[in-house]
Amino acid sequence: MTGKSTAKPSTTKASNEAFLWLLFSAGGVVAAVLIPMQLFLFGLAFPLGWLPQPSYEHLMALAHSPWVRLYLFVMCSLPLFHWAHRFRFTLYDGLQVKHLNEVIFAFCYGGALLGTVLAAYLLWSI
Amino acid sequence: MTDQTVIDQAVRSEFHPRWYRERVSTWWWLGEWHYLKFILRELTSISVAWFVVLTLFQLRALLHGPEAYARFSGRLQSPFMIALNAIAFCFVMFHTITWFNLAPRAMPVRMGGKRVPEFLVAAPNYLLWIAVSAFVGWLLLRTP
Repeated sequence: MTGKSTAKPSTTKASNEAFLWLLFSAGGVVAAVLIPMQLFLFGLAFPLGWLPQPSYEHLMALAHSPWVRLYLFVMCSLPLFHWAHRFRFTLYDGLQVKHLNEVIFAFCYGGALLGTVLAAYLLWSI
Repeated sequence: MTDQTVIDQAVRSEFHPRWYRERVSTWWWLGEWHYLKFILRELTSISVAWFVVLTLFQLRALLHGPEAYARFSGRLQSPFMIALNAIAFCFVMFHTITWFNLAPRAMPVRMGGKRVPEFLVAAPNYLLWIAVSAFVGWLLLRTP
């Protein structure tokens, strides 16, 4: 990211990075604590018949609780910002495509924002 | 002169020399286990994003009614989706374990002048994880 006349370190830029890092960190905690169980149940245990599927009515009753909606919103949004940060640096460092850095940034955080808006919309309308 | 001024001047000058950078192979991380582990850890983020996308589709199916949800559940039973989710689950577990074990490194706890062993600092993370997972499992599996 250095070696460019526009990339002079400034305080706004530094504080933006700190904020994005905070989102990354919070998303990392949320992903670590919440995702394994839910992915195990919905991705493996229920489809393979290891455990009985919860009924549509049961899931809808859960989704109507404001606490569950808040839980699901946090579980969708923060991990996406975690992904955005990590994936961005994986692409920066792993592929060494410096000329595409702005595109990568827009793709990652644009994706995270889009996912957040979709989650809010779906949870609002459910 | 500080290093920063040197860099600033270099950037401002019109004819500054090109930095000498040795070309690193794109596959540099395959050489050593530590590097590979680092890259695998970075790639766990793809599984995290995949899970969120799956959840968004699930919410959409729920919103569209029982038939749509039955179709969604049916699709999750295809061998391809099972395989994909099994891989994603392994990566997510790798994220959880590496993330929890990082906490004592990022924030060393000292007690009575001695450093508390790392597994004791990481332990509360695992306890919280087990408690939350048990609660979520109970919410989904209990018969109302």
